[in-house]
Amino acid sequence: VSPSPAATAATVATAAGTTTGTAAGSAPGQPPRHHIVTAVVENKAGVLARVASLFSRRGFNIFSLAVAPTDDERFSRFTLVVDVESAPLEQIVKQFDKLVNVVSISELAPEEAVERELLLVTVAAGSGQRSEVIALVDEFAGRIVDVGSDHMTLVLAGTPTSVDEFETRVRPFEIVALQRTGRVALPKLERDVAPGRGSSGSRGPGTPVVPAGRPQGEAG
Amino acid sequence: MRLTGAQALIKSLEMQQVEVIFGLPGGAILPVYDPILDSSIRHVLVRHEQGAGHMAEGYAHVTGRPGVAMVTSGPGATNIVTPLADAAMDSIPIVVITGQVATTAIGTDAFQECPITAVTMDITKHNWLVTDAADIPRVIAEAFYVATTGRPGPVVVDVPKDISNAQMDWYWPSSVDDLDLPGYRPSLEGDADDVRAAAELMMRAERPVIYAGGGILKARAAEALRELAERTGIPVVTTLMARGSFPDRHPLCLGMPGMHGNYTAVTAMQRADLLVALGSRFDDRVTGKVGAFAPDAKIIHVDIDPAELGKVRRPDVAIAGDCKVVIEELLQALTAIGNDSQPDLTPWIAQLRAWQEQYPLAYEQVEGGALKPQLVVETLRDATPDDTIVVAGVGQHQMWASQYWRFDHPYTWVNSGGAGTMGFAVPAAIGAKVGRPDKMVWAIDGDGCFQMTAQELVTASAERIPIKVAILNNAYLGMVRQWQELFYEERYSEVYLSPDLPDYVKWAEAMGCVGLRVESAEEVAPAVEKANTIDDRPVVIDFRTDAFEKVYPMVPAGASNDEIIVGPAGGEGGR
Repeated sequence: VSPSPAATAATVATAAGTTTGTAAGSAPGQPPRHHIVTAVVENKAGVLARVASLFSRRGFNIFSLAVAPTDDERFSRFTLVVDVESAPLEQIVKQFDKLVNVVSISELAPEEAVERELLLVTVAAGSGQRSEVIALVDEFAGRIVDVGSDHMTLVLAGTPTSVDEFETRVRPFEIVALQRTGRVALPKLERDVAPGRGSSGSRGPGTPVVPAGRPQGEAG
Repeated sequence: MRLTGAQALIKSLEMQQVEVIFGLPGGAILPVYDPILDSSIRHVLVRHEQGAGHMAEGYAHVTGRPGVAMVTSGPGATNIVTPLADAAMDSIPIVVITGQVATTAIGTDAFQECPITAVTMDITKHNWLVTDAADIPRVIAEAFYVATTGRPGPVVVDVPKDISNAQMDWYWPSSVDDLDLPGYRPSLEGDADDVRAAAELMMRAERPVIYAGGGILKARAAEALRELAERTGIPVVTTLMARGSFPDRHPLCLGMPGMHGNYTAVTAMQRADLLVALGSRFDDRVTGKVGAFAPDAKIIHVDIDPAELGKVRRPDVAIAGDCKVVIEELLQALTAIGNDSQPDLTPWIAQLRAWQEQYPLAYEQVEGGALKPQLVVETLRDATPDDTIVVAGVGQHQMWASQYWRFDHPYTWVNSGGAGTMGFAVPAAIGAKVGRPDKMVWAIDGDGCFQMTAQELVTASAERIPIKVAILNNAYLGMVRQWQELFYEERYSEVYLSPDLPDYVKWAEAMGCVGLRVESAEEVAPAVEKANTIDDRPVVIDFRTDAFEKVYPMVPAGASNDEIIVGPAGGEGGR
């Protein structure tokens, strides 16, 4: 069951992170259930509510949601992981784009995106377990960001898959609190050969679904 | 020039050439009501804020210009939520100004505080909470621009009281570039390749139907539609929202499709090999069971809202654009292609004619028997000018009005389609009459609907807005009664209203109107004649109609359109 889209970003990301080890991915060989929609929106009061309300009203499921200002403070970037089984991706994108505050919108197939997610976790780490925890953090190139008398707080920024794996591996330790951000994503950069355009699914990475007219948040 | 926010607001409305505001003042909007006294804009004082919203809609329906309503915060604002939802469903451009408590009080549960931007977020095209008096001209310009361009719709501008009282330096955004709408860019033109593909499909179809929706009227595309139909010989169905966009008199007009559409319109779509959907949205009331709708038809779908394309039915050719612009592009493409390859449509037209003859709309007025509502509509139709504006509420009377009126002109039919808002007719008729004082305006209403918003006849009397109201009084919530009769084994649950309570004639008179009562078929024409001669006040006629009459044809909810029921079983007429 996907989390309520009306939930806050933090709640959504946590819920996503605690489902299974393969969270937002999909079983090998199957088409991905989830798609990434990335949108530049006006950084104005109430925009998050408009987005959440739209998804709720139209019955679209948000798997995770991350939002923060871009380098241009007039704009924020939303990265939504949406459940494309709840509605055709095209409907989700078009209805999303209809919001007056949405400046530009792109869909990213997972294979066309650079994705990152950040996880913070506080685990029980008494003297007997510390070395194991430290070894795990080293293995994933994570970091220890806080140390208490018998607890440690760890951070890992990585691909959603590596964050999933890390979460699975950290579970055997007693987890006190766990927080994932939900993923953020940008299109993979083009190399020598331009990607083909054609039938749905082969859209070039990050191709705006709707041509952007006015100032772009990512510009500058 | 230094102005208060309130003065700037009224001046901004003047800059938008607003000629009338429908509204009702209250605490938070008080500052804005003061400069109205000095403005050229007419203000129509309503008796309930819902009335203001529907009046703005009626005005917008018939003029094509945005209707404007102004109300106070809290309950004033929530009372206009229904018209906003109605306007959102039917893509009606209205601009609603709401008062709000002072910015310093927002969030404190202050007296008459309501977060109306949050409440209306999903039922407006967009809304604004103004937090700086200096923003007012720009926000008003944005509000009108958003309401009237692209797919039209309702907008709300929420103005806190301290913002209305604050001082600002007057300016006026001289162009769209001065607006702060980086995410809003409606496009009008269709993609040229798609237009050509659509034209080619039209020239190959053997059983084509143009499925004209409300978008034709919004795009002012009635003439273009007529040219398209005549150039291609393709027959046209006009949805409930599109009545009048193509003349009912025209030989290619098939009338209204859908749940209570006529047999030919419904069946033509079912048998079609091509549907040319122009500004229509495959609403469930038109399609019936979607999976069984027009099973053999290829679909060309033209809509200014890209999100409508493929929302319900996947089109073979999807064109996002303004209906008028795209029809003109289609006409050019058709000229380029030539019509040499077009199949002969004669057999198709002959089939349609045969259905029209076999399954006409029918009712039977028995001499001396109960008055049939259809007879009232037909008599009204024949006794009024050709371009009379007809306004309906929601229910049986609405369907009979749409079925039995003959719409030969665009913008002569005003009703609540998508939302199905009972009580729409009286206030919408008032708004329509304000917008088109030169035209006769008849509201055809039900007794249930009338009771919801009748108090606006006080407004009409006070403001000398001489609308005419025909109540088809069958003493029931008739459409619900019809469903209970047909689908709930005649178990009538909470649908009886009484013909005499209230006494509609006395009520009309108490509200400053002329009240008339008609109980038999013979009295209908004289009463309508009398009403038509009265032009100094509203007229209400209480037509006592047959409670057993049902709306036919009918496609049961959720059924395929192939399961259309053309009339009562056994052909016994009334019941």
